[in-house]
Amino acid sequence: MKSAVIVFPGSNCDRDLATALRDVTGEAPAMVWHGESTLPDGLDLIAVPGGFSYGDYLRSGAMAARSPVMRAVVDAAGQGRAVLGVCNGFQVLTEAGLLPGALMRNAGIRFVCRDVMLTVSNAQTAFTSRYKADERITVPVAHHDGNYFADDETLDRLEGEGRVALRYAESVNGSARDIAGIVNNAGNVLGMMPHPERVIESAHGGTDGRRMFEGLMAALG
Amino acid sequence: MKTRVFVTLKTGVLDPQGKAIHHALEGLGFTGVNDVRQGKLIELDLADGTSAADIEAMCNKLLANTVIENFRIEPVSS
Repeated sequence: MKSAVIVFPGSNCDRDLATALRDVTGEAPAMVWHGESTLPDGLDLIAVPGGFSYGDYLRSGAMAARSPVMRAVVDAAGQGRAVLGVCNGFQVLTEAGLLPGALMRNAGIRFVCRDVMLTVSNAQTAFTSRYKADERITVPVAHHDGNYFADDETLDRLEGEGRVALRYAESVNGSARDIAGIVNNAGNVLGMMPHPERVIESAHGGTDGRRMFEGLMAALG
Repeated sequence: MKTRVFVTLKTGVLDPQGKAIHHALEGLGFTGVNDVRQGKLIELDLADGTSAADIEAMCNKLLANTVIENFRIEPVSS
C-alpha cells in the first residue's frame, strides 16, 4: 500500500503515523511538506497527522487546511483516494470542508490525554473493516479541541447514513452524540480524534489501532 | 485603513472558556454577571480601497469558522 503523511509545521504526530504505516504495511510512506502543491503519484492513502499544526493559531487546523498541499488532498479525496485524519488531522479535514461539523474546545476545558474506550459504530468502512460492529476498542486520546459539533440536521444525516464510524463509550470531551470519528459521504475520508497510530504493538500498551491500518491495507491493496 | 473583525461563537454553542471566566468573576466576588461569552478580535491593516466584499470573503474563508462562529466587521476611523 502506497501512502503519504502530510507534514505541517508544528505537527508532532507525523512520525508516529509514518512508523505505524511502515510497520503495518511494510512500506515507508512518503512525507509530504505542507508547501508542496502536488502529491506523489499512485497513492492509496493520504494520512493527515495529529499535533498542533501552525501552533493551533486562529483555530485548530484552520491554517493547515488552507495550505497549498491541502488543495491537492481535497482534489485526491474528490477522486476517491482514501484520506485518514487523526486528531489535529480531523480538525484539518473539517476546516478544509472534507468532513462536516467543527471541533471545538473540550467541554471540560482541560486537555484530555488518556486511553478511552470506543465503540465501532460502522465496521463496514475501509478504515474499520477489521473490527466487529459494536466492538469496544481502546485507543488513546490527547487533545484540547475534540468537542465535535454539528447542527442537529447534520448529526441526523450522519447517523442515518451510517457515517459515524466511532463513538466514545464514555463522555470524554462533550462531543455531540459522543462522536469520535466520521466518514464523508463517499466513505473514503475518515476523521477521528483518538490516535490509532499509538496502539500498534503490545509494547504501546495495546494493539487496537493496528487493525485500522490492516483493514486499510486489505481494502486498498 | 484599519478594520476590526470580531469573531464570536454562535448563540447556543457551548463556550467553556466563557464559562470559566464567568466562574472566576464570581470567585472574585462580582455578582450580577449573567453570562460570559469569549470571542476574538482580529485587526486588519488594509490597503486603501480594499473592498467590503474582500473583507467579507476573508472572514468566510479563514477568519471565522461559520459552522460555529459569527463575525462582525467594524471599520476603525483614524
